Amino acid sequence: MSDYSSDENEITEYLLYRNRKEWKDVTPVKQDDGEEPVVSIDYSEAYEDCYDYFRAVLKNKEISERALELTRSASRFNPANYTVWQYRREILKGLDKDLHEELDVIQEIILKQSKNYQVWHHRKVLIEWLKDPSKEKYLTEKVLAKDAKNYHAWQHRQWVIKTFNLYEGELEYIDTLLSDDIRNNSAWNQRYFVINNTTGFTEEVLSREIDYTLFNIKAVTENESAWNYLRGLLLHDKGGLSKNEKVTEFCEELYKSGNRSPFLLAVLVDMCYEQVNEAGGDSVYTLERAKQLCNDLATKYDTIRAKYWQYMLDTIEKKSKEGNGAESTSH
Amino acid sequence: MEKKLKLRGILDVRKSKFRTESYPTKSSEEQIDVEEIVLKKYEDLHIKLKINPYLPEFHREQHTRFLLESLVYLSTAYEGLDASRPWLCYWILHPLSLLGVRVHDSQKRNVLKFLSKCQSPDGGFGGGPGQLPHLAATYAAVNALVIIGTEEAYNVIDRKKLQDFLFRVRQWDGSFAMHVGGEVDIRGAYCALSVASLTGILIPELYKGTAEWIVSCQSYEGGFSGCPGMEAHGGYAFCGLSALVILQKGHLIDHQALLRWLVQRQMKLEGGFQGRTNKLVDGCYSFWQGGAFPLLYTLLAREHNIPRGHLFDERALQEYLLICCQSPAGGLLDKPGKARDIFHTCYTISGLSVAQHFINDLHILGPSENEIACTHPLYNIRPDAVRRALLYFNDLGVPRREGNNVSNT
Ligand SMILES: [Zn+2]
Repeated sequence: MSDYSSDENEITEYLLYRNRKEWKDVTPVKQDDGEEPVVSIDYSEAYEDCYDYFRAVLKNKEISERALELTRSASRFNPANYTVWQYRREILKGLDKDLHEELDVIQEIILKQSKNYQVWHHRKVLIEWLKDPSKEKYLTEKVLAKDAKNYHAWQHRQWVIKTFNLYEGELEYIDTLLSDDIRNNSAWNQRYFVINNTTGFTEEVLSREIDYTLFNIKAVTENESAWNYLRGLLLHDKGGLSKNEKVTEFCEELYKSGNRSPFLLAVLVDMCYEQVNEAGGDSVYTLERAKQLCNDLATKYDTIRAKYWQYMLDTIEKKSKEGNGAESTSH
Repeated sequence: MEKKLKLRGILDVRKSKFRTESYPTKSSEEQIDVEEIVLKKYEDLHIKLKINPYLPEFHREQHTRFLLESLVYLSTAYEGLDASRPWLCYWILHPLSLLGVRVHDSQKRNVLKFLSKCQSPDGGFGGGPGQLPHLAATYAAVNALVIIGTEEAYNVIDRKKLQDFLFRVRQWDGSFAMHVGGEVDIRGAYCALSVASLTGILIPELYKGTAEWIVSCQSYEGGFSGCPGMEAHGGYAFCGLSALVILQKGHLIDHQALLRWLVQRQMKLEGGFQGRTNKLVDGCYSFWQGGAFPLLYTLLAREHNIPRGHLFDERALQEYLLICCQSPAGGLLDKPGKARDIFHTCYTISGLSVAQHFINDLHILGPSENEIACTHPLYNIRPDAVRRALLYFNDLGVPRREGNNVSNT
């Protein structure tokens, strides 16, 4: 759908291309849908007119100011038309245009059409050409202020940060997002991304992050994002999921306090899965415990996933029968 | 074996509400709003059920009419999909085939003629006549032609040039751009491998490094992201898993983590799936998330423990689709309050198909007339159509690549 109709100034000034003097020399090219077309879209008059001229220009590979202007209209009518954007980039190069002006153009479109692959890709190519990422954090923050989980914005931000090494200040930015909404999973994911690409999960960082995460879980024990992040952290713990004392103590305390967050119980199940075959016998993560937890989850606390919990229990039982020396969970 | 499913008790549904723990945020508020609308739908149904025990019914005729009408005419509102017209063909033909509707031969010929107009002289298909070739449009066009399934339809595809196109969008690391000069993400890998495997043009040079690149997209949550480092997402998880299964490299990922992430995407109260952690339910993820299960079962059976039935709640998913996603006038939608469209009609019906079929078992909610055909989870086309295409194209042999201009060095 076009965004031009929302702009009242333009609608009054808008002239069809076939009525424009500067296009008199061009013969418009109709879309060749064949004799009995299917999935025919009932284009508005202005849409069809603009694309008739776009096809004409594309056919002749015209590189000109008016062709550049035409691609702007065509992209307004349909910002998802990748052929228009690709051609526009060729014209920009061909005319050696000031790309900073183009940044302003695309910024305006992104702010209106922020869930569109093509507009973000156009932005990315411009940044690659300019090698100037100075406005990107600001732009993505503007988009994320309206929709803090916008996938395209996050992807663009990650690309810029990684390509131009702009990690500084990112953890602080994430903190502000998480204090707005502790359930913003995109922000948790970004936290993982930053640490993974900067310090890495050293013992010290791991310890700090575990504290941070447990603190947040305590506040909202059914926030899956925080639990998933905790699992992500423990992928870097040599002992796996079940041997970090801070974590096991926290979980056992929470359980003892009567909390039955399905995510807490799920972590305990996976701890059992990890330890069920370990010799020693002093582990609290046994087959019996797994049975109890899986049954509670399947019948009381997480009934929608009853089949999964039954399956997990079967899997753990099977593993315990395989006896000692069997492989541990695959990470 | 056919098993009749019964609705969840309304008391159980009511008990499944999201718990804010006195800590409301934007995410929880939006979630609670959706639950309220969905619960109202379920409450209403339980009342109607007292009069009509056949509920919930699948409105087969209305959906068929909506799809057949869309095949010839789409309103101005579809202008934004003017660069996705092969998709429009696929989104219509596929659900029709699951509904068992026979499209008239002349209509089929019109579709294949139209798609041949979308094929680029340099190989691959564009979003419309005269548009640049694009991987997603190519995927949709090939799928639509395979659904039509006639020799004439198969022969539309210039396989040699299609292979050239795939090599042109292939990147040095095994990932794929959506078009020459376009964005790179995991959709590219799936679309490329899907069309190459279906049309019998998949050769090792095409996928060197691809499996490893896809594996690097598995996030710490267990699902896959669009590119390495990003958040796990339903659409991308389907693409990643399917692509790996096509390459027979499913063993390279952490199955247990993927399974855990997938089952967690099913919403407690709604019964449908969300695309990402702490996001809202959406009918189209019934297929993106639901469709990943059958693929994952084959991997679990090989290395862990063979599932004996679906590992998600196929009953609750059917409830969501039948009670919350059907537009009375035909067509299906994301969630109550949203408008119907053919994208959601395609993927909700595909999701319904996945929920109803487990290997050779049938699990139907509502009257047995609700049954629809099963879908091939790799390609999301009926398995009989997939088989026929594979036989046809394999007979033609793999095109020879001369003058190697492979971009993987
Ligand atoms: Zn959707």
